[in-house]
Amino acid sequence: MEIPYTTSARRDTGLWNSKIGIWLFLASEVMLFGGLFSSYIFLRLGAAPGYWPRGLLNVPVGTLNTAILIASSVTVVLAWAALKMRNFAQYKLFMGITIVCGVIFLVVKLAYEWPQKFVHFGAYIKDDALSKYEAQLGNEYLKSKGITLRNEISGHLLDAPEGSPFAEVAKKNAEHFQHLLHEHGPAHEGHAPVVQTPETDDYVIQLDAINANPTDPGNERPHFLPKELTMQTAVIKAADVKFASMFTPNHNPYFSTYFMITGLHGLHVLAGVLVFIYFWIPGAALYKTNPEHLANRVEVAGLFWHFVDLVWIFVFPLFYLL
Amino acid sequence: MQTADHVSEEHHHDHAAHHPDLTPLGYAIAWAATVLFPLALLVAAISAFRHGSKEVAGIAVASAAFTGVLFLSANLKKWWRTAIFSTDHKVIGIQYGISGLAFLFFGFCLMMLMRWSIAYPDKPMTFMGLDKLLSKSWLFGDAYSGGMMSPELYNTFGAMHGTIMVFLGIVPVAFAAFGNYVVPLQIGAPDMTFPRINMASFWSFFVGGVVMVVSFFVPGGAAKSGWTSYSPLANIADTGPAFHPIWNGQTMWIIGMVFLITSSLLGAVNFITTIIQLRAPGMTWMRMPFFCWAQLITAFLLLLAFPPLEAASVMQLMDRVFGTCFFMPDGLFINGSTPNLSGGGSPILWQHLFWFLAHPEVYVLILPGIGIIAEVIANNTRKPLWGYKAMVYALFTLGFLSFIVWAHHMYMTGMGAKVSAFFQTTTIVISIPSVILLTALMISLWGGSIRFTVPMLFATAFLPQFGIGGLTGIPLAFNAVDLYLHDSYYIIAHFHYVVAPGTIFAIFAGVYYWFPKATGRQLNTFLGWVHFLGTIIFINLLFMPMFLQGMMGMHRRWYDGGANWDFSKQTILGHTGFQWNADISRAAWMLGVFQLPFIFNFFWSIWFGKKVGRNPWHATTLEWAAPSPPPHGNFDTEQHIYRGPYEYSVPGAADDYTMQNAPTIGTVSEESKPAVQPSAH
Repeated sequence: MEIPYTTSARRDTGLWNSKIGIWLFLASEVMLFGGLFSSYIFLRLGAAPGYWPRGLLNVPVGTLNTAILIASSVTVVLAWAALKMRNFAQYKLFMGITIVCGVIFLVVKLAYEWPQKFVHFGAYIKDDALSKYEAQLGNEYLKSKGITLRNEISGHLLDAPEGSPFAEVAKKNAEHFQHLLHEHGPAHEGHAPVVQTPETDDYVIQLDAINANPTDPGNERPHFLPKELTMQTAVIKAADVKFASMFTPNHNPYFSTYFMITGLHGLHVLAGVLVFIYFWIPGAALYKTNPEHLANRVEVAGLFWHFVDLVWIFVFPLFYLL
Repeated sequence: MQTADHVSEEHHHDHAAHHPDLTPLGYAIAWAATVLFPLALLVAAISAFRHGSKEVAGIAVASAAFTGVLFLSANLKKWWRTAIFSTDHKVIGIQYGISGLAFLFFGFCLMMLMRWSIAYPDKPMTFMGLDKLLSKSWLFGDAYSGGMMSPELYNTFGAMHGTIMVFLGIVPVAFAAFGNYVVPLQIGAPDMTFPRINMASFWSFFVGGVVMVVSFFVPGGAAKSGWTSYSPLANIADTGPAFHPIWNGQTMWIIGMVFLITSSLLGAVNFITTIIQLRAPGMTWMRMPFFCWAQLITAFLLLLAFPPLEAASVMQLMDRVFGTCFFMPDGLFINGSTPNLSGGGSPILWQHLFWFLAHPEVYVLILPGIGIIAEVIANNTRKPLWGYKAMVYALFTLGFLSFIVWAHHMYMTGMGAKVSAFFQTTTIVISIPSVILLTALMISLWGGSIRFTVPMLFATAFLPQFGIGGLTGIPLAFNAVDLYLHDSYYIIAHFHYVVAPGTIFAIFAGVYYWFPKATGRQLNTFLGWVHFLGTIIFINLLFMPMFLQGMMGMHRRWYDGGANWDFSKQTILGHTGFQWNADISRAAWMLGVFQLPFIFNFFWSIWFGKKVGRNPWHATTLEWAAPSPPPHGNFDTEQHIYRGPYEYSVPGAADDYTMQNAPTIGTVSEESKPAVQPSAH
């Protein structure tokens, strides 16, 4: 038994089977990511003032990844065209470049961008304690300017209250910070920054630029080039903290959606890369018997790849720029 | 004819190679015995072992191993590709059908146990020693001690009844089983376009079903937050020191749902592509049987509505596993303390995403049923469907509108007047295509020479019963009325009328109608009548009083049937609301009793039913041109389609039916002539 129209088009529809199949699959993918992006909109619009951070992500790195992904979308078309022109060597070349691009994207995302978040710390201050941390939040200044007030102090954690799950990271950070102090000397005004406190219920944070000098408009987010961590620190009482964690998915709805959407997108990239690797090495044997079939397969996988690219085109502005 | 013979020979050869002796149904049973039964025993063994009943565990493991070894060693080579991991759409359809019917029965059993708790909240249930079995430590243990169901277990049963009936029962049978078996035959295709994806779809469904069933046996039991799994209730359910972080009821519910959604997605892609690409020459769109249209629209609904629930499931999974707050708002106070969570999420978001699926899902449940009913009615009235084209356009309208009515399930969330007005309007508008479908089917009866075969009994009963379900939904479309009736037994009665005497009647009609095609044998007519009469009487005694209870104000989730609530002490038609519980429960158990003739008939007729030929019902559509049961590859001749699907009683024709592949009116092509005359009524 043979299923018709696997490689040749049916006359009245003008299509072979897999092409319809992939477009239907992509339609469902649109609904999947549509649901996720709708949730992003829903949660962002519903967030209390000051609870949807902006400009936390590294824009140059995101731009680089965008360029890589777009380039790979071009090369996959070139690989398909090479097959159509029955130029096998060129197919191998362009498919190889596509795979390399996909891998670079994943490495940048999973090995560079994500881990950076996991060691970055943020503490939301309770409403009635906000005034205590005026030096880090600058809310008086913001109020006078009519800008949304701040309620989070972020940076690298140097000391955590006893029993905190972050104690391990804090200790490592503190060692690194001591080392930096030793090399460059205290940053400001002659007095050494606090690294660790004898009290058991304090957080010590090596501050982000925005909290180190909150009234400087130059420190406002977003920035194309990310601001470096400062050498200043602040001590926060655990009792004043509403919720504190690393920039992990549970930190706030922003990071929840960020990790979920980039994670699912990453899974799609991974799936695409695996399929391409199959077509590149073992699946390429089909070229000898039925090159048209291989071209069709690459075309279908390429359509999927363009979709993955398109999703990223939405992810990039939503999380990095807006 | 040269080509036709050649093809025929080739197919015959193919058939011989793949299916040497058993019918597809036989293969499916073999598969159930090889995979399903040992698996069930293993689950029992694990549970027994965990609770220290080493003897029970030993017996279960031994029988599982014995069955597995017996079946596998005898038939490994033959069955591996043909019965278990088959890519034949018919085998997959039957696999779906049998597991779906089994799940329907399982879900019904959960409900029969719940009905005792509702009717007699203070009396232990001692029927046939069931209490002793259910309170075994490896089954429900303390949750069923002394024959009394604990409220938590009641919640578990309620949540799992809904989940199992909708996602593991109706969708697999009405959509996947009938769609898989019948659609390729009706359009004259050799198989689905993507047979291996079709197989993956079934196995994904199977894994989802196993996860759901196994979740009954993890510490704390299966999900207990309703089939809707509303957050934050579902987020905090089954968490804490007594529960495993992953292997707990609610998390496994989510994991199971992800598999079921994947299964529907793969199935939907396959159905749509098959209908677009593999129609036989001459099978133009408007010559397609109505059933295929219904399946096509249903597939689109599944394709587009399910992914947002997949997104929501992933979010709820993250909420439960990583402590995110997609659905957890600020300022929650749980068990006397504030949880260490960021907050900032929205419970309403879950409801939106859930109902964005779950409303189209309602049409996923009913459209295949309407498709089956249309086939059966056209065949048994011996005249064309009235308003075939109008019905097709109504399907399209229904499919589109079903995506913009979801928030009528959420009037209680206090949405704004404008949003509410929009959803009230669309909800009322969607009743128009539904009424078109039902009216067209009603008018189709007019002037027909009706044969009351068993499928036709269920089909004719479907019309008023589904009508009751549909019409009682109209008041619910208005938020003022809905605020009162929401979460009452009225709602239960309304949607059960749509799904139980609606879709399940259609499923029965379909089973009786296509059974001869799948097995070459007919189901027993007398047992069919017994099954039908008992079912229609008791299903109405079961659901009709619920309208009264609901209008009285009785809430749908009382595990004690409202024994201590004033609402249930009012009297209506001579009984208090609470007393009606017992009446309803008795009807439910009798309904269960009257399914026994069907179950017996089903298995008995596989081997001992009356043998029939290709076309026992004298039908016009293409599936009846194939042998019964059809071989791998389906048809033994090349199919050309010359006419519409329902050419019954054409004036001046010799026969009262003309098959779609007959070149001239009133002549039945030689191959599709029935070998045995059907039993006339």
